[in-house]
Amino acid sequence: MTRFLPFEVIAALRFLREGRMQTGFILAGVTIGVGVIVFLSALLAGVQSNFIRRVLSSQPHIVLLPPEEVARPQRGGDAGVFEDAVVQRPAQRLRSIDQWQAILGQLRAMPEVATAAPVAAGAALAVRGEVGRSVTLEGIDPASWYEVVRLPDYVTAGTLRLTSTDVVIGIELARLVGVQPGDRIRLSAANGRDAVLTVTALFDVGNKAVNERNVYVALRTAQSLLNLEGGVTSLELTVRDVWDAEAVAQRIHRLTGVRADSWIATNAQFVTALNAQVTANTVIRIFVGLSVALGIASVLVVSVVQRSREIGILRAMGARRGQVLRVFLIQGGLLGLAGSVSGSAVGAGTILAWHSLARQADGTELFPLVVTGSLFAGAALLACLTGVLAALAPALSAARLDPVVAIRG
Amino acid sequence: MADAPGPVLRLIGVRKAYNQGLPNEVEVLHGIDLALARGEFCALIGPSGSGKSTLLNLIGLLDRPTDGRLLIEGLETGALDDAALTRLRGRSIGFVFQHHHLIGAFSAAENVMMPLLLDRGWPQDGMRERAEALLERVGLARWRDQPVGRLSGGQQQRVAIARALAMDPPLVLADEPTGNLDTKSADAAFDLMREFNQERGTTFLVVTHDPRLARRCDRVVEVVDGYLVSDVGVAVPGEGSAPSRTLPRQGPKGPWIP
Repeated sequence: MTRFLPFEVIAALRFLREGRMQTGFILAGVTIGVGVIVFLSALLAGVQSNFIRRVLSSQPHIVLLPPEEVARPQRGGDAGVFEDAVVQRPAQRLRSIDQWQAILGQLRAMPEVATAAPVAAGAALAVRGEVGRSVTLEGIDPASWYEVVRLPDYVTAGTLRLTSTDVVIGIELARLVGVQPGDRIRLSAANGRDAVLTVTALFDVGNKAVNERNVYVALRTAQSLLNLEGGVTSLELTVRDVWDAEAVAQRIHRLTGVRADSWIATNAQFVTALNAQVTANTVIRIFVGLSVALGIASVLVVSVVQRSREIGILRAMGARRGQVLRVFLIQGGLLGLAGSVSGSAVGAGTILAWHSLARQADGTELFPLVVTGSLFAGAALLACLTGVLAALAPALSAARLDPVVAIRG
Repeated sequence: MADAPGPVLRLIGVRKAYNQGLPNEVEVLHGIDLALARGEFCALIGPSGSGKSTLLNLIGLLDRPTDGRLLIEGLETGALDDAALTRLRGRSIGFVFQHHHLIGAFSAAENVMMPLLLDRGWPQDGMRERAEALLERVGLARWRDQPVGRLSGGQQQRVAIARALAMDPPLVLADEPTGNLDTKSADAAFDLMREFNQERGTTFLVVTHDPRLARRCDRVVEVVDGYLVSDVGVAVPGEGSAPSRTLPRQGPKGPWIP
């Protein structure tokens, strides 16, 4: 009997040890339950981070855009009567965000915002020899924009350099127009301005459309090509919590009056699918957790009935109701805790095995392995709590036993 | 505490009724008056269903009287709440049951130290030594680390007696402590209780059906149909004799004739 534990823990451990068979069975049950939860959680986290990585790797979390130009009908003298009810939607001219330097300063001061970068973007034609491809010209400030989209990570050829005479293009476009790093290419904007730039690097972001359409130049190069001297067409930013992007976007809109689109709003279908997955997983986890709790509760109910005489004796010897209560609550907690340790091992082992065996068609991993310590700590804490809660009813019935009745048996 | 004046136990007009206010109300004890002095070794006898067990439960603070007063070492118990009653029970009263009732998940020594552990909450210095000394006193030192399930019935009852004395309570209640033992073990267990009674001045109240054992007590109290019908002192050599009297039977059935 160790002297570092109170009576309740000692008694709980002894009772569990004495009821070996029951303890063994319920531990196996808890192990399987926790294993399933850990496996599912790790799998979902992996799949989710995979999706998010694919979606967010080449786009910012929030994009601030200038307000759209709208045409409003003029109101005449009589209230409620439109004199010219048919209004043609105006063409959206390329416009700069008003006061963008001030807004950028405001954004960078927000604690939720990780990084913010100005971008001047517009349509252009990439021409080499007789080949011309329409592209999206993105004028960026390398220092800040690389924080938003980690372009350097996707460079597959050449060295990333963006002075005012450089351009970085995707591997797909390079293939179509036949250029290598070091070659030169002409970019023509819709307004007729053009420039001949040196291709310094090729990128592959894992998305064919982006690899084919996006070309990156220095901000001032884009500004002069697009006739936007000193202006930017969007501010792009990343937030610390990607799932918080929509709320942050709305806050930014209220704060600055500028239109702010979050990736959640622009990828609504994808987010809906992801949420459905999370919901399904949560429901499974809740029901597995419930069945674990019910298992622990039923084992302890039987244990209280079996031990009612011993409980009565303990009460006669001076055990307080609270002590009896805690003996059984701790048994529940210990069952949850022990089951969560073995369950975590089983769950992690299964996902590791599956991860190493299952491959995608091209031999790359099916999903990234996201097995974090916090997952195990969370599982242990939750299982412990579940065990204690499950033990509540049997523990209360044990504490309420009338010693006279219990001893008589 | 050891020299506290007055009786260890005092019952004044204690009544116990079950199902109060219901049609099947039944009064089991009808106004019991009883006092046990320090160091008394008293037998409680009476036929089955006479109310002995109920009386013992009341004295053991496991149940509360419907009416009347119950004092442990002069302390009025009626005013105590459940927690205080439990604490008083743990410190002042030791129990020996007919079926030893040890806790099977613990060793002999651990069973003996259980009342101490329950009282303090944590294992502390001296607890184990005290338990081992008691086990040695009851002749079971070599079995101290054995699970109690491996001991014989007589040995288990001796462990239970040691356990009842762990807190050195002023009063030990024994409910047919030898009822389940063969004559030899029964004698050994009874002798042990008498020895503790003489060595420590612990007061014993022993419920027994065995007239042979009752005769060896200082005093015999008889309960019949919920009345205390006789209270007979047995001469204790060298100590003078306790008052010996036969009480007139109260109640509806007329005088009781011994």
